[in-house]
Amino acid sequence: MPLRILVLYAHPAHDRSRANRALRAAIEHLEGVTLHDLYDVYPDFFIDVRREQRLVEQHDVLLFQHPMYWYNVPALLKEWQDTVLEPGWAYGEGGDKLRGKHFMQALTTGGHAASYRHGGHAHFEIAELLRPFEQMAHYCGMRCLPPFVTHAARLVDERALEAQAAAYRARIVALAAGELPTPFDTIPPAE
Amino acid sequence: MNDHGFLEQALVYLAAGVIAVPVFKRLGLGSVLGYLVAGVAIGPWGLRLIAEPGTVLQFAEFGVVLLLFLVGLELNPARLWALRRPIFGLGSVQVLATVAAVTALGIALGQPLVVSLVAGMGFAMSSTAIGLATLAEKNLLPTPGGQASFSVLLFQDLAVIPLVLLLALMSGGGNGAATFDWLSAAKAVALIGLLVVAGRYFLRPLLRFVANTELREVFVGFSLLLVLGIAALMQAVGLSMALGAFLAGVLLADSEYRHELELDIEPFKGLLLGLFFIAVGMSVDLRLFLDEPLLVLGLAGGVVALKVVLLYAVARPFYCGRSDARLFALALSQIGEFAFVLFGAAGQILPRATIDLLNAVVAASMLSTPLLMFVYVRLVAPLLAHPGTRAADIISEANPVIVAGFGRFGQIVSRVLGGAGIATTVIDHDPNQVDLVRRFGTKAYYGDATRLDLLRAAGADKAALMVVAVDDVEAALAITRLARQNFPRLRLLVRAHGRTDAFEYVEMGVPAVRETLGSALDAAQVALRELGFHPHSAWRIAAQFRRRDEAMLAEHAPHRHDEKKLIAVSQQARADLNALLREEAARLRGTEEPGWR
Repeated sequence: MPLRILVLYAHPAHDRSRANRALRAAIEHLEGVTLHDLYDVYPDFFIDVRREQRLVEQHDVLLFQHPMYWYNVPALLKEWQDTVLEPGWAYGEGGDKLRGKHFMQALTTGGHAASYRHGGHAHFEIAELLRPFEQMAHYCGMRCLPPFVTHAARLVDERALEAQAAAYRARIVALAAGELPTPFDTIPPAE
Repeated sequence: MNDHGFLEQALVYLAAGVIAVPVFKRLGLGSVLGYLVAGVAIGPWGLRLIAEPGTVLQFAEFGVVLLLFLVGLELNPARLWALRRPIFGLGSVQVLATVAAVTALGIALGQPLVVSLVAGMGFAMSSTAIGLATLAEKNLLPTPGGQASFSVLLFQDLAVIPLVLLLALMSGGGNGAATFDWLSAAKAVALIGLLVVAGRYFLRPLLRFVANTELREVFVGFSLLLVLGIAALMQAVGLSMALGAFLAGVLLADSEYRHELELDIEPFKGLLLGLFFIAVGMSVDLRLFLDEPLLVLGLAGGVVALKVVLLYAVARPFYCGRSDARLFALALSQIGEFAFVLFGAAGQILPRATIDLLNAVVAASMLSTPLLMFVYVRLVAPLLAHPGTRAADIISEANPVIVAGFGRFGQIVSRVLGGAGIATTVIDHDPNQVDLVRRFGTKAYYGDATRLDLLRAAGADKAALMVVAVDDVEAALAITRLARQNFPRLRLLVRAHGRTDAFEYVEMGVPAVRETLGSALDAAQVALRELGFHPHSAWRIAAQFRRRDEAMLAEHAPHRHDEKKLIAVSQQARADLNALLREEAARLRGTEEPGWR
């Protein structure tokens, strides 16, 4: 069964981005993909909650694509989480609109892959740093898919970036076709 | 007829004004002419409803006094100081030139020197009441032409004092009068000094004391007492009442009670000034008009024409703008009420018949100003403003953005773009505005953006964007349509006036910004904050309103010609919006009641 994918793209300086621009270009016109550029739609940070909820309801996969800022998402995407994922819609009593959907992240980092380990510059592994998102997905009844990570986004050379974009595209094409990878969750799914 | 009661008189005045003024306003002739004609109609030469216009005229002069007080309130000492050149330079040149020209003409026409000279002094005066009221009614006071008019009128107020003294000397007052003059001059200077000191140190505390009673009528009463009291003092030492009131206004221009005073005095000024014009109308001696219509009208027409030419000639070196000089010349073209005073003071040296004739000429000239202004503003100015006097500038640059209309709106847009490193080609159709911003170093071109050749010259076929920032709704629509037809690649952004024209732009698919939406929402946001809302909550509520309002505009555009439907959907939308804002406010407020409740 094909899956409809909503890409929430969050980059405050899209014009100056290199990696994210290449990654986005690789997927944004694919069948089954809706690319929603948050900094483009909400330059004033004033998110239209109802509209966002309707958009999410029309899709099966929620994908955050963003550079990692301070081990987290850029501020507008955090604002999106804070305002759109309301009780009674996303969780809590009657809050079942995300139940059964899948959550995924496509992120770029500044540091090399080697930094993201115990004893490295970043001290933690990517999976550990993404725990808050894993728990968010879990809390709302979504299954977490493995993240798509591009390291050293500013330093990676042109050919490596092309290869990375192609890999991203392949992941999304497969996902849109309904091929789900093994869930990434460390928490058993809620019943 | 003298025993008309007070009530009957009041009825006659009010009815005459209420009938005549709206009719003249509707005809576009202005309220001043309405009052004057009402006065003629009810006066001794019309329906004879009022027999003795003299007493009313005296009383109604307070209208002029209050007018000058209000003008003073708008001018703090610093701005007044900045006007010293037009007041004394332009003012003295105007008075001397007019006296000289009229005297010379009088002698040339075979009149005795004395008669010619007295006529010249009187004719040099213009009417503060008519000049300023006409300009204010057309919103022309803040223009350079309006400021120049005001400056010269102020100088005439001052000049009338030595002129009256001179007439007293000519009447043969002799040496005794001259020594007396020194004493009164000293008194006048002392009083002005006292007024300045009192205004600075005592007036404000006194106003505060009165304001603290929190009884509005007491404050109103005090305001009137203040103005009339100063006027009476001035008159007691031989100065003009209007001048004193003006000085009091200037002294209070910086005080915190300025607006309160303005609001309180304004209606009295309006009514009394109306009464003043009615009184002037009543004093017009129609008998002379009927006996010698050609003589009176010919003289009045000749004097007005002479004054227009002289005023224009003296204003041009001071004020470069031709349209300003024209406005100035017309606003001051009549002979003022001070002429009555001067001719009155010349009672011993001129024959009665001559004085009557001169007074009739003054009255006739007063009637002419509103008519001349009407003809000028409606018919002449639009013709002259268009190419003919000034050809469109040759535009010598090509920039990615064209800004059509460089007023308060276009300037901000252009400055922001400039700050972001994007050059703009600026066009405006007001030559004075173009000259003004050029003096401040902004390159602007004079031209009419509703003309295709001008848009092409500005580079509309190569530019990326044109911002249509003109304030005239019809012109903005015309420019937009023209640009859409002829430059399909040019993107457009329009300053819309309100919903009605915004609908048009929605239909055309051109982005439009309603000119007051943003600032009104800012004000609403500040209002909410002042009421104790958290700044972020206030911002969210305003942002919510803006989003819904803009969505509504797009939704309603198709129904804009169907009024019933439009009203129905608008009411529904407004109800939805209110519900939404209440929800937003409640959500943000949480469980706590806000402090202001």
